[in-house]
Amino acid sequence: MSEALVKLRDIRRTFNVGEISVHVLRGISLEIERGAYVALTGSSGSGKTTLMNLLGCLDRPTSGEYWLDGVEVSKLSSDARALIRNKKIGFVFQNFNLLPRTTALEQVIMPLSYTNVGLSEREAKQRAAELLKMVGLGERMDHRPSQLSGGQQQRVAIARALINRPPVLFADEPTGNLDSRTTAEILEMFDRLNRQEGITIILVTHDPNVAGHARRNIRLRDGMIESDTTREGPAPTGEGDIPRRVA
Amino acid sequence: MTVSKTIITAVRALRRNVTRSALTVLGIVIGIAAVIAMMEIGKGSSGSIAKTIASMGANNLLIFPGTAATGGVSFGGGSSLTLTAEDCDAILRECPAVGSAAPLVRARPQLIYQDKNWVPTFVYGSTPAYLTVRDWTQMADGDIFTDADVRNASRVCVVGQTLVRELFGGENPVGKEIRVKNVAFTVVGVLTPKGANAFGMDQDDILLAPWTTIKYRVSGNSGSSTSTSTSTTSTSTGNSADSTYPGAPSVFPAQSSTQAADAPMPVRFANVDQVIMSARSGSQIQPAIREVTSLLRERHRLRPGEPDDFSIRDMTESANALASTTNMMTNLLLAVALISLVVGGVGIMNIMLVSVTERTREIGLRMAVGARSRDILRQFLAEATLLCLVGGLLGLALGRGAALMVQKFLKWPVESSIEAIVASIVVSAFVGIVFGFYPAWKASRLDPIEALRYE
Repeated sequence: MSEALVKLRDIRRTFNVGEISVHVLRGISLEIERGAYVALTGSSGSGKTTLMNLLGCLDRPTSGEYWLDGVEVSKLSSDARALIRNKKIGFVFQNFNLLPRTTALEQVIMPLSYTNVGLSEREAKQRAAELLKMVGLGERMDHRPSQLSGGQQQRVAIARALINRPPVLFADEPTGNLDSRTTAEILEMFDRLNRQEGITIILVTHDPNVAGHARRNIRLRDGMIESDTTREGPAPTGEGDIPRRVA
Repeated sequence: MTVSKTIITAVRALRRNVTRSALTVLGIVIGIAAVIAMMEIGKGSSGSIAKTIASMGANNLLIFPGTAATGGVSFGGGSSLTLTAEDCDAILRECPAVGSAAPLVRARPQLIYQDKNWVPTFVYGSTPAYLTVRDWTQMADGDIFTDADVRNASRVCVVGQTLVRELFGGENPVGKEIRVKNVAFTVVGVLTPKGANAFGMDQDDILLAPWTTIKYRVSGNSGSSTSTSTSTTSTSTGNSADSTYPGAPSVFPAQSSTQAADAPMPVRFANVDQVIMSARSGSQIQPAIREVTSLLRERHRLRPGEPDDFSIRDMTESANALASTTNMMTNLLLAVALISLVVGGVGIMNIMLVSVTERTREIGLRMAVGARSRDILRQFLAEATLLCLVGGLLGLALGRGAALMVQKFLKWPVESSIEAIVASIVVSAFVGIVFGFYPAWKASRLDPIEALRYE
């Protein structure tokens, strides 16, 4: 498919705070190809988190068109967007957002309970276990968040984001709460997911080091794209460990 | 999200905070336990109160024969001779609302024992069933006469406490012989004291004998039949008790019509003065009246439109007291039940609201990975309902246990009720849904972006 995975056309987002309208996004148009590795950067207040929420279908633009995987999602109802988030999008957050007192395995299985595909309990467990092994936590499936380090928690979150085999992974400051060594581990994992599994990765960061891992760097300023640079690098092979979805 | 998945998710969420779940459940446990215990103890108490009132005769119905009239001259209530002991048997047989029934024949003779004499307030001829109707089966001494005594018109009687005092000077009268209008009766039993009735009449001033004996041996004819009778419908020849042995070979050779005409058997009136009966329960009084009325009209061959030749009286006053007591108990229990359940429900709502606030980030995350608002609503509703149901079941066990303890150690009457059990389960689920709805709705309305950022 030659069509871009993400296509934005003149996206605007205005927040009404009392009488005042705050124009956070002021006309963003961009296309992101399948298998891209994109970093959204910008100073705080530049609108990168708002753009991320729009891209992740958590929010709707005030105006403009947003095509995700060939579907116009900006006008969809909240239920339909929930379905899209479930099937096509994986989220990784700065503060991990794991469920307290829940084992790693159950964390990873959780999004499946909102999926209509009838997957038996055993199949779900098996798939979650494979993902946990892939992120290097095969030994810690029964551990709870309090028994895991920050890096391990983030890896559980990554496994959870991938359980429904989404084509795109959104990461909002994924390394913001991690030390430099763990940051390197997590970034390496993103690199591998992008290169080997062909998963499109879009991450928001203000860390130039993190942004340096991405091949494309979109810089926002005052709700508009300030610069959009692409660096040459190894393209994804698309031959990974994650079994592709049949059908 | 399927129902089973919703329940599993709810169970997992509740297990994450066992202490809080347990404390939340406690409110419902205590509420339901209180309801069940109150219901069982209250039902037992109201049952025993009803029984007490019933023993005062609240369930009793009296049938009096109607008025006889000749040529426009009425002989007053009870003058018609149409009510028979057979009517009484038929009522017992065919009226399911009637628990027991006994015919009654009254007399007012003088009693003589040695050098003493006494005229009791009540000299009743009846059957052993009379004591069942009056809830008076406990004997102080001896025994009640039997149905065979009634058939044979035996000269036996039981006496009340006042007679023991007045005639026998306090000594045990069982086996003694007293004379009733010069007929010797053997005392076979002594009744327990019952005291005065609602009108101040001494109910212990009584002599009870088979109705056949009183009718045929003592009064010759019963009181009401001293007035001129105009009815012959209830006459029979010979001893009417013969009919108790149908099909028995006749002792005497059959009379030819000539013999019958030459030597007519004396006509004996087999009517009784009253039939006293008891309805099975307070609510069965009206059905009993209807059943007996239609049965007696049929037995007395009354055409439609013809007035009843009998009248049935109920103890409306005490029956009303019975009904209002039962109603009051029920309403009281209902009020207590509602209050404790509302308190428990508010507890659930409170905890669920806290839980929603505390789990805002979790809700945001669930929405981010694809939960629709109705999935969130369902999850929180399921949690609240599950809490209430578990609380309801535990409360049920606790309440039953408490009721049994009360019965065992305080000797209170306790009556288990299926309705209370079913109602408490249904109500606890209902409370969960009602009081869990607002928090669940609040959770489902959260904005995922803000929920995820919530600290």
